[in-house]
Amino acid sequence: MHPIEILRFNTCGSVDDGKSTLIGRLLYDSKNLMEDQLEALERSADITGGGQINLANLTDGLRAEREQGITIDVAYRYFATPRRKFIVADTPGHVQYTRNMVTGASTANLSIVLVDARQGVIEQSRRHTYISALLGIPHLVIAVNKMDLVDWSRERFREIRDQFEDFLPRLDVFRDVKFIPISALNGDNVVEFSKHTPWYEGPTLLGHLENVHIASDWNLSAFRFPVQWVNRPNNPRDPKLHDFRGFSGQIAGGIVKIGQKVMVLPGGLRSTVKDIWIYDGSLQEAFCPQPVTLVLEHDIDVSRGDMIIGRENLPGMSTDLHARVCWMHTHPLQRGKKYFLKHTTQTVQAVITDIEDRINVSTFEPEPDAPELALNDIGEIRLKTSKPLIFDGYATNRLTGSFILIEPGANATAGAGMLFPPMEIVKPEYNDFAI
Amino acid sequence: MNSYHLDHLQYLEAEAIHVMREVAAEFDRPALLFSGGKDSICLLRLAEKAFRPSDIPMPFLNVDTGHHFPELNEFRDRRAQQLGAKLIVRKVEDAISKGIAIPSPGEISRNRLQIPTLLAAIEEFRFDCCIGGARRDEEKARAKERFFSFRDGFGQWDPKNQRPEIWNLYNARVNPGENMRVFPLSNWTEMDVWEYIRKENLEVPMIYFSHRRKCVRRHGQWLPVNDLVPPRNGERVEELVVRVRTIGDIISTGMVESRADSVDDIIAEIAAARVTERGSRADDKAGDAAMEDRKKAGYF
Repeated sequence: MHPIEILRFNTCGSVDDGKSTLIGRLLYDSKNLMEDQLEALERSADITGGGQINLANLTDGLRAEREQGITIDVAYRYFATPRRKFIVADTPGHVQYTRNMVTGASTANLSIVLVDARQGVIEQSRRHTYISALLGIPHLVIAVNKMDLVDWSRERFREIRDQFEDFLPRLDVFRDVKFIPISALNGDNVVEFSKHTPWYEGPTLLGHLENVHIASDWNLSAFRFPVQWVNRPNNPRDPKLHDFRGFSGQIAGGIVKIGQKVMVLPGGLRSTVKDIWIYDGSLQEAFCPQPVTLVLEHDIDVSRGDMIIGRENLPGMSTDLHARVCWMHTHPLQRGKKYFLKHTTQTVQAVITDIEDRINVSTFEPEPDAPELALNDIGEIRLKTSKPLIFDGYATNRLTGSFILIEPGANATAGAGMLFPPMEIVKPEYNDFAI
Repeated sequence: MNSYHLDHLQYLEAEAIHVMREVAAEFDRPALLFSGGKDSICLLRLAEKAFRPSDIPMPFLNVDTGHHFPELNEFRDRRAQQLGAKLIVRKVEDAISKGIAIPSPGEISRNRLQIPTLLAAIEEFRFDCCIGGARRDEEKARAKERFFSFRDGFGQWDPKNQRPEIWNLYNARVNPGENMRVFPLSNWTEMDVWEYIRKENLEVPMIYFSHRRKCVRRHGQWLPVNDLVPPRNGERVEELVVRVRTIGDIISTGMVESRADSVDDIIAEIAAARVTERGSRADDKAGDAAMEDRKKAGYF
């Protein structure tokens, strides 16, 4: 049997661009909707919709959402075709809910930005495209929706494409960008090709989702292993395990092999990988993002929050950090404020030392001298942490280049941070393998 | 596809193991909710994979409604023993007699009464985290759920004010009295669960497989005849070849007619299914927001 991959994507657009309708259409036309779901839709159509089935009701799962006819929170949906499995984050389009889009986009391989063909590029379209770029999503689809309402005009489609291409080069992170003319309501070019667009030669939306190349979306070049949990059996029944001491975690970058020389940061102690433990045996090598338990040759002090790395492509290590942050809390981010900062498996204290700018997400221009970052603002900040972080630039590695800020007290997740590349990399204090 | 690539089950497994280890590392007193159902059976294998060769560093907890299928409880007890885990069972019956759970007049279902029973158990053992097997594809209120789902001092879920969850950086911080529900299978579908059961060769209770059972037709579904569900006047008892697709209480779980008697058969049946698994649960049909309301009150 051919192995099936998972593609994670998110849909974004402003209110009434038809995001939920599009997801409903994808599920419906790819035969992923079940009879009881259709019955439930029909029931709610009879009650609230004057008999008209509303595909958006499939994803708007909360009562307040159905009452207001809007999507409040990220909804996750699942469907499959014989080629791939899909995890969809349906992210709300309201300005005040941008934090949800960041949430949905943070784990996505691909982002679908929906545009209303009548309106073309609006501020929201630029914002959504910018956030997709900011979060380092490699693949972008611009779905030009409601093409039926502009008489399937090829000129209108081209105009909108040109509007995007005016600013896309400035975002320079997408590996590929695809423009697709669709009608989510009627299903044109979503799963089935439309008879209204003989001038369009690209794939349907689903065809593109099934075929876009995602195999290289993980970082496989620099070994990073944030220690998550020290694995030390108490009173194991198997005497061989009496001295077992392993370090469990998920590989956050690169590849590890038995016999490989490694270093543990921040301490700088060196050792060699003796075993790569998994539940049903040992592996000769393992790669990102596999979860494993590493056993080292030497009995050295290693605990949660430490990072085991390879000897090449060294990371940065510092208490002074420079990052882009998306603010997600009603209490603004201000200079001098203290937060908990969670990065890989370590939580430290952090203080905001400077706010360098706030990005105008419509023009992408930085606005210097921002006094604070309010809910949904994006800006560049500097922080100082109570312990050094071992990190990479976000563009190099999404797992070791990201952090969250937690406000003390109610413990709300207040911000999402993306680190700039380190100014200097780790300098090992001694070069020889010595314990 | 090169060798440095995970297929869908490996990807989901990796994500779930990461979540399990975060729980073990970040919480002082976690518990794992184990019912003996297919989803929690996967949770146990994931826990083994996350923590072996150490013991699974948390007890198992089950709220027994008193309306469970006996086959399920037998399986639950046996599996916990095999794994050398501590199993804590708290009964709705006892919660009622202590006045913790108060049935409404005429209320037969124990579904709502599970909630105060669970919350009392959390308080009794001062659990700060409960791992559950819920999946987002089960129901549309669940589709909005986080991996780490914060509950306040009353055990309530506030769907409009959830902590954003970004990358795989889970905010596990709680204050005393608050707690977290954690769902490692959030991104799994019913099909993924059965494919994982096949891949890992996991034992499941026999009621998931085709067997003969006396049933009555009620509210559009086949209910199993037993002491709690006696046939009513005018109902004809029929002996059918059935299985359960999802296990709830014995008074509300619809049996589906099926000849599937292996995991392979079940996978083929799901692939061809035209209704969701929750379509056979009366508790979810109570209204468009039935699950949302139960979750807000502290249901897992």
